Amino acid sequence: MRPITNLIIYEDDLSRIVACLNMLNRKARSRAVLLIDKSGQLIACTGETDGLDVTSLGSLAAGHTAAAGALAQLLGDEEFVFVFHEGERNHLHFSIIGGRVILMIVADQGSPVGLVRLYIKKFSRDIDEIFQELTGRPESVSGEGRFLSESGFGDLTDDDFEQLFNRR
Amino acid sequence: MSFINYAAREINCKLVYYGPGLCGKTTNLQFIYKKVDPATKGKLISLATETERTLFFDFLPLELGTVRGFKTRFHLYTVPGQIFYEASRKLILKGVDGVVFVADSQLERMEANIQSIEDMNIHLKEQGIDPVKIALVMQYNKRDLPNIVPIDELQKALNPRNLEWFEAVAPDGIGVFETLKAIAKIVLQELQKKT
Ligand SMILES: Nc1nc2c(ncn2[C@@H]2O[C@H](COP(=O)(O)OP(=O)(O)OP(=O)(O)O)[C@@H](O)[C@H]2O)c(=O)[nH]1
Ligand SMILES: [Mg+2]
Repeated sequence: MRPITNLIIYEDDLSRIVACLNMLNRKARSRAVLLIDKSGQLIACTGETDGLDVTSLGSLAAGHTAAAGALAQLLGDEEFVFVFHEGERNHLHFSIIGGRVILMIVADQGSPVGLVRLYIKKFSRDIDEIFQELTGRPESVSGEGRFLSESGFGDLTDDDFEQLFNRR
Repeated sequence: MSFINYAAREINCKLVYYGPGLCGKTTNLQFIYKKVDPATKGKLISLATETERTLFFDFLPLELGTVRGFKTRFHLYTVPGQIFYEASRKLILKGVDGVVFVADSQLERMEANIQSIEDMNIHLKEQGIDPVKIALVMQYNKRDLPNIVPIDELQKALNPRNLEWFEAVAPDGIGVFETLKAIAKIVLQELQKKT
């Protein structure tokens, strides 16, 4: 695998991803579905996310799956494919897709664990396909394109930075 | 690994504060959290022991503002500096875009600083990151204490490549934003070059 240095997502990618997450959320009868990159950044989410601090959830989910993965490796496994937490009200399902993104499902008593797993498996394949496609593009790899600059981000000046830090 | 979301015109980068135990990494994040406009920050999450030592990480999401139409978001993390949390430390470096190395200026912590840099380089390599290429700035913290090493000696021992460096007294905020600004700038400039 080539080293991926940037995760770049366009409008089209995002709508395909969100469509997948929506369908998964509906089929699995879960409350919310989050897709998080391994470094902890939220890529997309769907469902009842209004009361959720999705940024914090993303970072904790990444820390958590990283720790679970390290535990697995200490025991001689590559990683834990599913990680499940059962609470009194909420259940959490974590699953790593294609070794690079984390799928996190927030469910409750109304969504049987087996059903959620079934649909995680099914939709993981679709999501993996999308990510294989978008990380296979040249701009995902260091120094092989000028995509940001073409969209006006190039040649940042000192003023640009001053501006960034003056708002605080 | 920076995450560029063209759909939302957002750039997301991950910064990690690295350094030996008690050097002041968490204090940096706490000061930033205290000072930034509530609209631009999320919650400060600290996974810590009962004695307030970092157990896994601290996390602070910051939205710095818009550059050329792109919203720039920085996720700030600290590692647990205590030696025996090595396994956790290495996980935090996953997908890092820039590192602030926080050194403890006290004479008796020099050995710990040097060890921590070596430890960092090993773990960066394990993540497939070249320690010479990663965006990195140095912060010499605890400059208010009496038994500190002079800057030129710190430079010789910890910063042979003469990367950008800052003196700091983190609880008072001295040098804290200067350091953050420097690393943010380098990361965004790298991103321009890379993409
Ligand atoms: N005098 C002085 N004390 C400092 C300074 N920076 C941090 N401290 C104190 O040092 C202690 C440790 O600071 P932390 O920020 O928790 O250290 P840390 O690097 O996060 O430590 P770990 O979580 O164990 O890795 C706290 O009591 C801080 O108040 C400084 O510049 N001057
Ligand atoms: Mg700490």
